[in-house]
Amino acid sequence: MPSLTLNDAIGAALSEEMRGDPSVLVFGEGVATKRHELLTEFGARRVRNTPLAEGIIAGTAVGAAGSGLRPVIDLLFAPFLCYAMDELVNSAGKLRYMSGGQFSFPLVTLAMSGAGWGVGAQHNHNNEAWFVHSPGLKVVMPSTPADAKGLLKAAIRDDNPVLFFLDIGLLHLPGEVPLETPPIPLGQATITRQGSDVTLLSYGKTVHHCRQAAASLAARGRSAEVIDLRSLKPLDEAAILASVGKTGRLVVVHEANRLCGVGAEVAALVAEQAFASLKAPIIRLGGPDAPAASSFPLEQAHVPQPEAIAMAAERLCSNY
Amino acid sequence: MPLNQPEIDPPHLLEQMLLVRAYETAIVAGSATGKVPGTCTSIGQEASAVGVINALAASDLILTNHRSAGHLLARGADPGRLLAEVMGRSTGYCKGKSGSLHISVKELGVVLTSTIVGAELSLAPGVALAQDMLKQPGIVVCFFGDGAACEGSFHESLNLAALWKLPILYVCENNHWQAFVHRREAMCQAHVSTWAAGYGIGARTVDGNDVDAVLSAARAAVAEVRSSGRPSLLETWTYRSRGHFEPDDQSYVDPAEHAAWLARDPIDIYRQRLLADGRLTLPQAASLADKVDSQIAVAQAFADASPFPAAEELSRDVYA
Repeated sequence: MPSLTLNDAIGAALSEEMRGDPSVLVFGEGVATKRHELLTEFGARRVRNTPLAEGIIAGTAVGAAGSGLRPVIDLLFAPFLCYAMDELVNSAGKLRYMSGGQFSFPLVTLAMSGAGWGVGAQHNHNNEAWFVHSPGLKVVMPSTPADAKGLLKAAIRDDNPVLFFLDIGLLHLPGEVPLETPPIPLGQATITRQGSDVTLLSYGKTVHHCRQAAASLAARGRSAEVIDLRSLKPLDEAAILASVGKTGRLVVVHEANRLCGVGAEVAALVAEQAFASLKAPIIRLGGPDAPAASSFPLEQAHVPQPEAIAMAAERLCSNY
Repeated sequence: MPLNQPEIDPPHLLEQMLLVRAYETAIVAGSATGKVPGTCTSIGQEASAVGVINALAASDLILTNHRSAGHLLARGADPGRLLAEVMGRSTGYCKGKSGSLHISVKELGVVLTSTIVGAELSLAPGVALAQDMLKQPGIVVCFFGDGAACEGSFHESLNLAALWKLPILYVCENNHWQAFVHRREAMCQAHVSTWAAGYGIGARTVDGNDVDAVLSAARAAVAEVRSSGRPSLLETWTYRSRGHFEPDDQSYVDPAEHAAWLARDPIDIYRQRLLADGRLTLPQAASLADKVDSQIAVAQAFADASPFPAAEELSRDVYA
């Protein structure tokens, strides 16, 4: 099985989908420059650089998607999505409903975020929950190259607008990616480690932190299950409830600010639907209500680290 | 349908303008009694809509905005289904989920209507890109106002359309009002057409209250876009006779300016011209007025008798 970085897995998914469907095109900030292999294979009509103007990039994608194309756009960094909010939220997310179902918007928006490069809060802001809260959109954030490839293939084939977040800290992480990667259906979480005492639930880079925490918990005789949500919307409620039903303890972990983050929704879901299964309170670990700092130690401190996750899980297991 | 016909029967243009006026006058009357929700009317701007729409082919696509009645009716929309949409009935073009502000009628080529000022400009390049890449014959016509021209999306749209050589006719209906603010207070230039030159886009301004002049200028502009495959801009110099929406007492409007424009009513101008040169008789004029009145009565009866959407429509058509 070949090893690819997550960024190369994205490129592989793009080229395979463009090969299979002539209506797929990709444009955005530096796409034709940085993914030159796509430009070489598919030509300048289907692989385009754009101005650094996220609003018109997104608006053009929405217009094209509503008219029979399947655009993938690269807006570089997630905070830049602020310039594209009207196009993504008010147009892509709402015009199907508001037109009584006359249009659909098969488009994928790529954006990077997360600690790793010390780029500071205007390039690093895990704002994925904003889009989960907006009707009509789907939201994905993979943690491995193989998942990135399979999820992107599914996102491109989906008839709805998908926000596809790439974790900066994982972009150059290598991983095994099957040559023939089938699409991974959106809305399916994956259990990356089986366990029986506590569920560690996350997405993006903190999945890896949860796995490290699970390993250290195992050394102390605690059996932790690790769930990678992969899709934030649709949310795999069945997988969450099944795991909590088994372990009775839940730690939800993400790099995004804790306040009104995806973890709050997961905790509320479990409280509403699996209260009787819970042996302990739910713990949420997330970033502080503060912009991400550029300085390396502060940037790292914004992200729940393996030791903190293991401590939280141990507290639940020993006190309840 | 008059589309694509080289010669248009002059009384037909008058009839279309009368129909738009009668339709919106009925809405104004209905909103005064609370029977119909208030809307943003295009009263006073009928010649702009009817002139441009009659210059188009059936394969051309139209993006409009919240002041859309003229564009829709001139394109052949059924006033009954429009009124039903305004009144939130399930027989409306968007199943009652749009209301008056964002009516799309895909079967007539009126697509992706948005009420966010400037969104039509943001979406138009993508619609044109799809026309181009899917080798569809029609051009794209994007209606917007002087208010939208002050949005960043106007400038981003013109830049990209010029850069990518997209077949878009930008039609600015400069009606002098940006919600409750006169354009003098909001724009550094009186004419939106002057801004096109900076993007290398040809532009013309026409008396928007003279339907003959609008039709003639629009035909020339459409022919340029069709033959060159590149964008062009047409500014129709007109006036919003009524308020931003209904009801609106227009206390902020300069009475002298208002009176001067009411004296240049586009329907009166055209009726007088046709009567003066013998292309219309007084009995014919009266008969056209009766005809549109009875059409609106039928439309109102249809809308009144139409049911509201069923409760299950609440969450239908959010996702494809």
